Amino acid sequence: MSQGTQLHWQRAVVKSRRAAADEIAEIVLAGERPLFTEPGAHIDVRIAPDMVRSYSVVEGAVDGSWVKIGVRRSPTSRGGSRFMHALEPGDHLEVTSPLQNFPLRVGAPRYVLLAGGVGITAIHSMARVLKRLGADYQLIFVGRSRPAMAFLDELHREHGPRLRLSVDDEGDVLDVKGLLGQVDHSTEFYMCGPIRLMDAVRRAWIERELPMPNLRYETFGNSGWFDPEEFELRIRGSERHTVVSPDESILEALERVGVEAMYDCRKGECGLCVVKAEQLNGVIDHRDVFFSEAEKSTDTKLCVCVSRVASCANSAGAGAEDSASTRATLTLDFP
Amino acid sequence: MTDLSPSGATAKNMAYPLNAWYVAGWDHEVNRKKILSRKIADRPMALYRTEEGRPVALTDACWHRLAPLSMGSLVGPDGVQCPYHGLQYNSAGRCTFMPAQKTINPSAMVNSFPVVERHRFIWVWPGDPMLADAALIPDMHQMGSDEWAGDGKTIDVRANYQLVLDNLMDLTHEEFLHSSSIGQKELSESDIEVTHDDRTVTVTRFMENIDAPPFWLKNMRDKFPDFEGKVDRWQIIEFQMPSTICIDVGVAKAGTGGLTGDRSQGVNGYVMNTISPVDQANAMYYWAFMRNYRLESQRITTELRDGVHGVFAEDEEMLTAQQQAIVDNPDHEFYNLNIDAGGMWVRRLIQRAVEAERTMLASDADLSDAKG
Repeated sequence: MSQGTQLHWQRAVVKSRRAAADEIAEIVLAGERPLFTEPGAHIDVRIAPDMVRSYSVVEGAVDGSWVKIGVRRSPTSRGGSRFMHALEPGDHLEVTSPLQNFPLRVGAPRYVLLAGGVGITAIHSMARVLKRLGADYQLIFVGRSRPAMAFLDELHREHGPRLRLSVDDEGDVLDVKGLLGQVDHSTEFYMCGPIRLMDAVRRAWIERELPMPNLRYETFGNSGWFDPEEFELRIRGSERHTVVSPDESILEALERVGVEAMYDCRKGECGLCVVKAEQLNGVIDHRDVFFSEAEKSTDTKLCVCVSRVASCANSAGAGAEDSASTRATLTLDFP
Repeated sequence: MTDLSPSGATAKNMAYPLNAWYVAGWDHEVNRKKILSRKIADRPMALYRTEEGRPVALTDACWHRLAPLSMGSLVGPDGVQCPYHGLQYNSAGRCTFMPAQKTINPSAMVNSFPVVERHRFIWVWPGDPMLADAALIPDMHQMGSDEWAGDGKTIDVRANYQLVLDNLMDLTHEEFLHSSSIGQKELSESDIEVTHDDRTVTVTRFMENIDAPPFWLKNMRDKFPDFEGKVDRWQIIEFQMPSTICIDVGVAKAGTGGLTGDRSQGVNGYVMNTISPVDQANAMYYWAFMRNYRLESQRITTELRDGVHGVFAEDEEMLTAQQQAIVDNPDHEFYNLNIDAGGMWVRRLIQRAVEAERTMLASDADLSDAKG
């Protein structure tokens, strides 16, 4: 209903665990407080003091008394999925309340839901909501082989002809371009699956010039092209200058030294905090979604709430050098 | 005053569940000629149709500065444009255009409420869209059936929706309020039977071997032109959550089986009522009178619609006055009579739904606080 994006940890108990497919466990958890969830939400599970993993919520009780998650055992697991697959009813663990980075919106003329492998865990409940609403939707489920694909029986039962399977080992490989060829400008497209599949869809989507807001997938924020590093910040026509540390934004640095700047969202969306870059030694690491790609490439303005400056030396994994000699500088031009 | 005792229901409850379907308008009222503005359960909505004919309900306030979208215009195959600064939204409520910038803030959106067109009405779900289920829309199939004919109107009533439900769940009032049309003393002389389940309440009243009141005598003579004599009369009131009441009404020649299943010697109507709360003190009351005889006669359709309209005007006057008296007497409770059994079951079902939503919201609020 109103799950947020901030972490709120609580204890939960494992109610059941069963195999939903080869290598995929379906685990039902009950929290000490109600776990209200909605399609597209995930919970974070603390595997070890310094290890947290996110798992999509397959479904949850309306009264919040339980949530069901799906966990794939990764062959390269560093402990997360192995830990989850070893859980037994009655085991306790620490979880967050459901977090929403991938909300479904009702009201679009048409929907395409694309799930690859364990991605079905996030897509399953979206399909159920759209069915209950009588929406026009298509559910495409891509997998290596049928035994590796979770929930096949119930998906068939609930969605009938709206479900399309694409099974690799049956020689039925999804034709992404062909699929997007049938998508029009009003269709909302939700996807969850392997990066390679999602990249193929993203590329074909851009090629078709379909509206970007209609392509929905779970994002974990724009983390930029460069690791955050410290850089020097100057103000044109002012003596004031400071060093912005890696864990501080330009906006915070401006506030710290008493320069009044306009801002609102503080997450790179609204564009109220845009300031002209007067002089630049380094490159701007644009981390906003306000500027277009073309605007970002000119490096003349930036959203000071999220964007940073990186020294060229530090790009693409250059070796550590003396930070003072390579430190980038930025001079802002406030009108 | 609104505490729900374990067994009871407080008479003066005026709250409404949000996770429910309410009518936002007649099918013909939602179109591409103009954007309809209606408030349902305290939520202002802008209603229109896409080029494909699908009804859409968006929050009637632009994300940017809350200008009413209903004052704007339709754009593209399924969108609207704000009249103030030109922001555009698609039917999912996503912003698709912003002035003076190349990109669109991904947070910019307005609510798109679940909408279903059924039974000649546009139904909306003001609560959590993820819980909306079209299967929960009340059964009003007579509205769209070849076997029934009729029409209705809308009453913009200055009263809480619960007062309209009370009115329809107890028809004893017909004897006093509608004495010139459908009222008669046998109404209060006959017993009622009340049954219920989780989502419905039914009140049944039979009156045997009585004179037909003027409204019913006219209907009998539409079907049986030479009709004289006594009738058996039935009223079967069925409430469906959260605010729809369909009343199976009619009379048949006395002793011909009208009350036991053979209605061939009678006339049968269905009074279709569905009430949408606007806010605490206002409701939109949609009704129609459907009949299953003389389907070919548009004259009868019009006469029945206008006749019932006249009857309901008497109800509207009373409901408005009652609402005003409630406001003017805030310390006074309602007291109940035996005849209120149907209405009190309705209140209990509604209050359960409202309490369940409050519990969910309270837990959610706790979480938000904890997140702080």
